[in-house]
Amino acid sequence: MTTLLQFKKVSKQYGSSTVALSDVNFSVNEGELVSIIGPSGAGKSTLLRCINRLIDATSGEIIFDGMDVLSIGRRNLKKLRTKIGMIFQNYNLVERLSVFENVLHGRLGYKTALVGALGFYHEEEKARALEILKSLGLEEQIYKRCDQLSGGQKQRVGIARALVQEPRVLLADEPIASLDPSSSKVIMDHLKNICETFGITVLVNLHQLDVALNYSDRIIGISSGRVVFDGMPSALTHDAIRQIYGSDPDGLNLNVERPKEVAQKR
Amino acid sequence: MKQHFLMKKRLSFLGFLLVLVGIACAAMTMTQFSIANSFSSIPKAMIWGCSNFYPTADSFTNFPDIMLKLQETLLISIASASVAAIFAFVFALLGSQVTKINNTLAAFSRFIANVFRNIDVSIWALVLLFSFGQSSLTGYFALFVASFGFLTRAFMETIDEVGSGAIEALRATGAHRFSIIFQAVLPMSMSQLISWVLFMIETNIRAATLVGILTGSGIGFIFDLYYKRMDYHSASLVVLAIVVSILVIEQISNYVRRAML
Ligand SMILES: Nc1ncnc2c1ncn2[C@@H]1O[C@H](COP(=O)(O)OP(=O)(O)OP(=O)(O)O)[C@@H](O)[C@H]1O
Ligand SMILES: [Mg+2]
Repeated sequence: MTTLLQFKKVSKQYGSSTVALSDVNFSVNEGELVSIIGPSGAGKSTLLRCINRLIDATSGEIIFDGMDVLSIGRRNLKKLRTKIGMIFQNYNLVERLSVFENVLHGRLGYKTALVGALGFYHEEEKARALEILKSLGLEEQIYKRCDQLSGGQKQRVGIARALVQEPRVLLADEPIASLDPSSSKVIMDHLKNICETFGITVLVNLHQLDVALNYSDRIIGISSGRVVFDGMPSALTHDAIRQIYGSDPDGLNLNVERPKEVAQKR
Repeated sequence: MKQHFLMKKRLSFLGFLLVLVGIACAAMTMTQFSIANSFSSIPKAMIWGCSNFYPTADSFTNFPDIMLKLQETLLISIASASVAAIFAFVFALLGSQVTKINNTLAAFSRFIANVFRNIDVSIWALVLLFSFGQSSLTGYFALFVASFGFLTRAFMETIDEVGSGAIEALRATGAHRFSIIFQAVLPMSMSQLISWVLFMIETNIRAATLVGILTGSGIGFIFDLYYKRMDYHSASLVVLAIVVSILVIEQISNYVRRAML
């Protein structure tokens, strides 16, 4: 197994007082689905955004695919970002544009300023976008405007936009936080499927502990900017949960049933 | 508890009202403005208006002149608003929290917009008179500068409001800044921006009358001319022409707004 991503002593400070990440160390292997869990304000979003430099870490070292993320120049940053797809809690689509246009936006990282601004795409790119839309069950929505879609459909458009990038890794920042349980399941199944069939590494921030236990190969728990748990779902004991969330698992009202498949895995 | 809370709100509203009335009274005594006098002069003004300020058949001989000036004014208003919109868009992108390049440029652009916006169009007209003299160019520049200030501010707020979500998403794909502006910012804010430009054109047509009086151009100039000649019938025809054209422009822009949604 090759290491795709590595965090070495990464810290992030906002302003002069807010420490969002402190001394974070972990690594992610190619093809893994890793969940990042932790209470609100723990630094999960900050951590994900440090990987594609939407946020610049204050200190430490982030190695992605052999590249030193924190020291690369503008041109290489663009290249780095094309390899990293991202999906968001609020989908972050251009709502007034069609599904198809939104998905093609995933190709903009490969284009020069002028070509991107004019929105010229190759035929292969369009064909690939259509293919991905079909695989996500969106063939009927292709020409609809995004503001006419349901939340679950919007999130699938978000996934499609990330997939046309042909990324090595998919970052998902609370992808199901605004969705109902059944749409959540559809989205998580797609993420799992993407990970297994395309070998794309998936890093997903989650608030739902049961989902994290069900779907992930590994769980990273953070609390106040520190990694306090890093291991397989089966190793996540009540003690560990208490350490991550700062309170008793029973009091948290979490649905922590261990599904058999997860327990059997590995 | 709740009753108490509502009562407090009502009382504070009443207090606010009292303060307002107090200020109005104070201002009236200071300026020796008398409500009674001003109301009693209304009928007199009406009688004067009815007996002098209406177009006659005679004044219609000036109609072609008036239309020519009206056309000039409309074109200047539209041109100044649309050219200002292009500059305003660039400054708004620099100044908006979600699209700014860096804080220094953002502060600079906000500063410029505030300076231009907070100086009234009539002041700009007077200032520009010194450099350009009495011409329609002066009127154009005055309207342009005022439109630029207002539109920059309005555009900036529009761009801030459409939000940073999609912009962040496109940044994450590695898209170039220009791609983000044309593929996300513009589509999201276009209808709002056009709405502001239409509003600016309407405002400019109203302001053009005053600016015209000051800079000796357009419909304002011709009004001033007839008025000073005491040709009130022709002057009233000018006013009528302005009112009709504003109503027409308003209808057109309402139509465009609806068509866009
Ligand atoms: N742009 C910012 N400026 C200043 N402080 C910030 C900023 N973004 C996040 N923070 C702070 O950094 C800390 C971590 O925030 P972050 O958004 O990473 O948490 P999170 O784990 O994603 O929380 P949530 O589950 O609520 O999304 C919080 O204390 C937050 O207030
Ligand atoms: Mg977050």
